Amino acid sequence: MALDSAHPATPAPATPAGQAPAERPSPTSRLRLLGTGDGVITLVLVVFLLVASFAVEGFASTRNTGFLLLDVVVIVLIALPLTLVIVTGEIDLSVASTVGLTSAVMGQLWFAGLPLEAIIPICLLLGGVLGAVNGLLVTRLGLPSLAVTIGTLALYRGLAFVVLGDRAVADFPRSWTTWALSGIGATGIPVVVVPLLVLIVLTGVVLHATPIGRSLYAMGNSEDAARFAGIDVGRTKLWLFVVTGVVAALGGVYWTLRYGSARADNAQGLELQVIAAILLGGVSIFGGSGGLVGVLAGALLLGSLRNALQLVNVPSDVLNIVTGALLIVAVVTPQIAARFRGRRPRGRPRTP
Amino acid sequence: MTSFLSSRRLRGGLTGAAVAALVLTTAACGGTTRGEEEGGGSAGEASASANPDAEIPSGLKISFLPKQLNNPYFAIADGGGENAVEEIEGEFSEVGPSEASASSQVSYINTLTQQGVDVIVTSANDPNAICSALDQARAGGANVVTFDSDTDPACRDLFISQATSEGIAQSQIDLMAEQMGGAGQVAILSATANATNQNAWIEIMETYAAEKYPDMEIVATVYGDDEDEKSFQETQGLLQTYPELKGIISPTTVGISAAARYLSGSEYKGKVALTGLGTPNQMREFVKDGTVTAFALWNPEELGYLAAYAGAALAAGQITGAEGETFEAGELGEYTVEADGVVVLGEPTVFNADNIDDFDF
Repeated sequence: MALDSAHPATPAPATPAGQAPAERPSPTSRLRLLGTGDGVITLVLVVFLLVASFAVEGFASTRNTGFLLLDVVVIVLIALPLTLVIVTGEIDLSVASTVGLTSAVMGQLWFAGLPLEAIIPICLLLGGVLGAVNGLLVTRLGLPSLAVTIGTLALYRGLAFVVLGDRAVADFPRSWTTWALSGIGATGIPVVVVPLLVLIVLTGVVLHATPIGRSLYAMGNSEDAARFAGIDVGRTKLWLFVVTGVVAALGGVYWTLRYGSARADNAQGLELQVIAAILLGGVSIFGGSGGLVGVLAGALLLGSLRNALQLVNVPSDVLNIVTGALLIVAVVTPQIAARFRGRRPRGRPRTP
Repeated sequence: MTSFLSSRRLRGGLTGAAVAALVLTTAACGGTTRGEEEGGGSAGEASASANPDAEIPSGLKISFLPKQLNNPYFAIADGGGENAVEEIEGEFSEVGPSEASASSQVSYINTLTQQGVDVIVTSANDPNAICSALDQARAGGANVVTFDSDTDPACRDLFISQATSEGIAQSQIDLMAEQMGGAGQVAILSATANATNQNAWIEIMETYAAEKYPDMEIVATVYGDDEDEKSFQETQGLLQTYPELKGIISPTTVGISAAARYLSGSEYKGKVALTGLGTPNQMREFVKDGTVTAFALWNPEELGYLAAYAGAALAAGQITGAEGETFEAGELGEYTVEADGVVVLGEPTVFNADNIDDFDF
């Protein structure tokens, strides 16, 4: 049952690490997996939304829903590919710097007079290149992704300041910037949620219903075993980093339009919010377990918690404390639960 | 090999994307480019006429949204605002992010919009990024007053300026020239690289220094990001990079106190001049121990106080933000709205060993 490795909280029969998971195309079990996601965090989200709707004045309104969703759109977007990366046991800390660099390049190209229709593909291409740099350093040189992407986190942010310096480019066309904020009819739900949903479904299918997805879990559990099972670990990871770069660049383009301001320091520190959402969603930082539904719930929970606490005038420092504490609880609880059952927690670090 | 990844397909996809990008670039003649935006915008909106005799109603909800919380400068300014709100029997609140970023300010503006406050008094981390959020807040009935750092004038009703940029920049250069003898290398320790105010001042400082003190050479501008530790390190870096440095100007309260702390504990104490913008409470010990001779600042408490009164005057309908309107700001007296909805507080105060004990903020 290699599929069950997606649930850190469910006691699954231990996966014989070497078993090739790619040979198990059982459609029913796939559906079940998508449906359950990470049940606990989803339940917490639902309960929280219900409580907040009744207890917090102004929380349950169309306008506030729009505000809330706009705040989490980029986090969810980047969390999609990053979840895949983390499932394989790697990490990409440079995503927010990629957003910043893309934003800076977008501003500079716009300033130079290029049309937005050309700037956006160039930015996405740039994101792919930035991701490929990460991927090549990790897979070809065998460097740890933590070290590589801490490096590129600083490097890409530095480049962003080289490109745009301390200027901000803000004269983007009103029609584009208002589109980035506009809602679907009177629902208050931002229009960008629609393409985002498409990407969510796409990522969900890839992760949970294709051999690629299963090979990612296999890699996260044991890279050597995955390699013996015939999975080209290096190439898969390289492409994951490339995709992460492209999606982060897309996030950069959207960020720039949403705030109507291209700046080198855009989205500073966003990587931690994205990773927090992913971990809160039940994905193990050591790879090999977790599901996309949990990640979505995690991102929405963090976003709506922040929103609700702001509405009741909780100071930002307390807000950070609450978020941090929540994250620790989310990471620690499955480990304790696993220990209680006398099992070692899943997704422990790979032996070097 | 298993079928988990068809690299050929993926590679084909990327090539396709690259080709598409090229095609788009070449076919871009008909695209959306810079400068073809229709002019005008929201300028010249026909606002309701002002009634100078309107009473300020009690119970006005006035919220201060500084660049970041836990910044002593904004704590004082917001405190001044709180005093003013008490005088007019309103409801004061202070909200804000713990890091100075535009995106987190947007989230707080949205919250205030949702809470239906009457007046938002804010200092912008980015002149444009918070604009659409402020537009929504105004559409929801809030009056928007900016202080300290302005937004695009179309996005707010009034801007309370601490002093004219020229006044601030020139007084710092004059103070520095006085302390270092007008000749030699000077460096600037600023806030963040994007800070609206500091960048404007630094530009004026450079041209003013070049004109008035040709022997003064501004060799570097470094950024401490308004973080104490980073500013401390940048000061250290400056002194190592430029051994001939005669003075440091830090036009930010976080920067000047970090720099003063470094200088007071180093061999450069009393040899490298330090001036800029600081609060008397932060700088008192460094003025007394001889690290700093003189520095300047407007009174941030009065700035917040004036901003709150301006917001209340807007909410009450006494003013609309049009040039030439006047309003009473409590004990500060009468102020006039200048062009572009700007209200100027006054000239900066210079603090030195003789007068520093007269101030407590």
